[in-house]
Amino acid sequence: MMMTKAHSIECREAPVNPDGQVSLWRKVMRGLAEAPPTGLLGLVVLFAYLFVIIFAPWLAPFGEAAVVSDVYEPWGGQYLLGTDSLGRDIYSRIIYAARNTVGITLLSTVLAFVIGAGLGMIAAVMGGWTDQVLSRLVDMLMAIPLLIFALLLLMVFGSSVTALVLILGCLESTRVFRLTRAVAMNVSVMDYVEAARLRGENLFWIVRREILPNILAPLFAEFGLRFCFIFLLISSLSFLGLGLHPPTADWGAMVRENAMLITFGRMTPLLPAVAIAVLTIAVNLVVDWFTHKASGLSK
Amino acid sequence: MNQLLITVARRLGLGLFTLVVISLVIFMAVEMLPGDIATEILGQMATPDAVAAIRQELGLDQPVLYRYVEWLTGLLTGDFGQSLATDQPVLGLIDDRLINTLYLAGTAAVLSVPLALGLGILAALYRNTVIDRAVSMFTLSAISMPEFFIAYVLIMFISVQLGWLPSLSKVDADQSFFERLQLTILPAITLTFVTCAHMMRMTRAAIINLLSSPYIEMAYLKGLAPWRVIVHHTLPNAWAPIVNVIAMNLGYLITGVVVVEVVFVYPGLGQLMVDSVSKRDLPVVQAASMIFATAYILLNLIADVVSIVSNPRLLHPK
Repeated sequence: MMMTKAHSIECREAPVNPDGQVSLWRKVMRGLAEAPPTGLLGLVVLFAYLFVIIFAPWLAPFGEAAVVSDVYEPWGGQYLLGTDSLGRDIYSRIIYAARNTVGITLLSTVLAFVIGAGLGMIAAVMGGWTDQVLSRLVDMLMAIPLLIFALLLLMVFGSSVTALVLILGCLESTRVFRLTRAVAMNVSVMDYVEAARLRGENLFWIVRREILPNILAPLFAEFGLRFCFIFLLISSLSFLGLGLHPPTADWGAMVRENAMLITFGRMTPLLPAVAIAVLTIAVNLVVDWFTHKASGLSK
Repeated sequence: MNQLLITVARRLGLGLFTLVVISLVIFMAVEMLPGDIATEILGQMATPDAVAAIRQELGLDQPVLYRYVEWLTGLLTGDFGQSLATDQPVLGLIDDRLINTLYLAGTAAVLSVPLALGLGILAALYRNTVIDRAVSMFTLSAISMPEFFIAYVLIMFISVQLGWLPSLSKVDADQSFFERLQLTILPAITLTFVTCAHMMRMTRAAIINLLSSPYIEMAYLKGLAPWRVIVHHTLPNAWAPIVNVIAMNLGYLITGVVVVEVVFVYPGLGQLMVDSVSKRDLPVVQAASMIFATAYILLNLIADVVSIVSNPRLLHPK
C-alpha cells in the first residue's frame, strides 16, 4: 500500500476512538475533502435524484396519471413543461418516473448481485466441477446479446414489473458472476482461507467472513456500472413499449409517448432522456472516483 | 503451424457447439410459456376441442425433442415456420428486412470503425493531454446516453431545424443506392455515436496496455525511431486486441440496431422483432433471436480466430 506524506500526517491527526479506529464521520469528511471535482459533482447529482425520489408527491403539482388539461399544452404557466398527448402534466410525470424507473433498476441490480455474486463466490471457493458447470453455463448465456434475450423472455412471460425485475436480474447476474468469480479466485488462494478450510469452517462461513469482505471494493464499483447498464436497458425496453405498463410514468416510455413533438421542433420529449443520461453520467463519475481511490492511485 | 491449426479448429468447434446450445435455449424459452402456443393463439376462444385441434395442426402433440430437431433442420434449410400473426411464412417477412438491417449495420460499421480506431490510437499516444481528456469526456457521455436520446437529438437538429435529411427512413428495394444511403445515413450516424464510444475506450486501453510492456520500452531505449517502434514492434501485437475490439463493437450494433430502427421507423429485422414481441408472434421472434444471436457468435468467433492466427507466438511453437 502506497502512502504519501500528506496522508500519513492526516492519519496521525485524526481523533482515534477507544477501540483504535478513526471515526466514520472523520473518514467520510476526509474522503470528501480529497475528492476530485467530477466525483463531487456526481455525488451532488445523485443526492438531488434521491431527494426527488423521496419527496416526489410533494414536488409534483399534479398526480402521476391525472388528466389535467387539453392535450399538448405549451410550456409555462400552470403546466411548467406542458402536457402530453392525453393532457397529463409532463413535469409531474418526469418527477414520478424517477421513482418507478430507478426503483425497478435498483431491485434488478440487487437481484443480479445476490445471484451473481453469491454463485461467483461459491464457484471460486468450491472450484472443481461446480466451478466448471457454473462457468460454462454463464459462457453460454452470455453468448446471446442481452437485449435480444430480454425481448425473447419478455414475450414469453409478458411484461409485468415482476417479470422485468426477474428477467433483467437473472440476465445481468451472468456478468456479475464473471467478475465476482475472477476477484474471489484471487482471495480464495490466500493462506487465511486455507486456514479457515482446515479449521473445518463451512462454505457459507468462508464466503461471508473471508471472501466477501475482501472483494467489497470491486463489487461496489461493479454495482455502479451494472446499475447504469440495467438502467439504460430498462429505459430502452420501456421506449420500445415493452417496459412498465402505460399509466405508470417512466422516462423511456415518456420519450416514446411524446416523440411526435420533436417534428414540431419542441424539446419536451428530450427531457426524460436527459434525466436518464444525467443520472448515468453521475453514477459513472462516482464509480470512477471510487475505483481510483480503491486502487490507491488517487494522487 | 500444426498447433495453430489445432487451436483454430478447437475454437471453431466450440463456436458450433455454442450455436447448438443457443438454439436449444431459444427453443426452450418458448416452451416455458404459461399454457402453450395453442391457448395463446385462441385467447378467449380456447375450448378444449379447439386447443386440441390447433395443437394437432402445429404438431404440438409431438415430443419436445422431436419438435426441436424439426425446428432446427427447418432453420438450416431456410424453413422458418409460419408467422402466427399474419399466417405467412416467416422467411418472407424476414428476408428483405434482414438485408435492410445488414445495410444499416454495414454503413454504421464503415463510419465508426476507422473513426474509433483513429481517435482511440490518438488518445493512447497522447495520453493525459487535452486530446485524451476530450476523447474520454466524449466517450463517457456517449456511453451514458440511451440510443434513442442521440437519435432524437440528431432528428431535432439535422431533420427538423436544418431540414437536411428526413427523420423517417422508409427504405425499400426499388430505391437507388444514393436514395437509400440518404435515408440510412441518420440512423447510421446514431449507431456510430454509440459504438464509437465503446470502441475508442477499448482501443485506447488496449494500446496503452501494449505501450507499457517492457519490450516496447526496450525498443525506445535502443534508440529506434518512434515510427519504427509503432510499425514494427507495436502493431504486430496490436492486431489481436484491435480486431477483438472491432468484433465486440459490431456486436453492440446488434443491440443498438433494434432501438434505432424503431426510432427511425426503419424497416429492418430489429423493428420486426419488437413488433412481434408485442404481438407475441412466437415463430418470428424465435427466428429473429436466432439470427441476431448467430451474428453475435460469428463476430466473436471471427475475432478469436483472427487473434489466434495473428498471434506471433503461436507461429513458433517450442
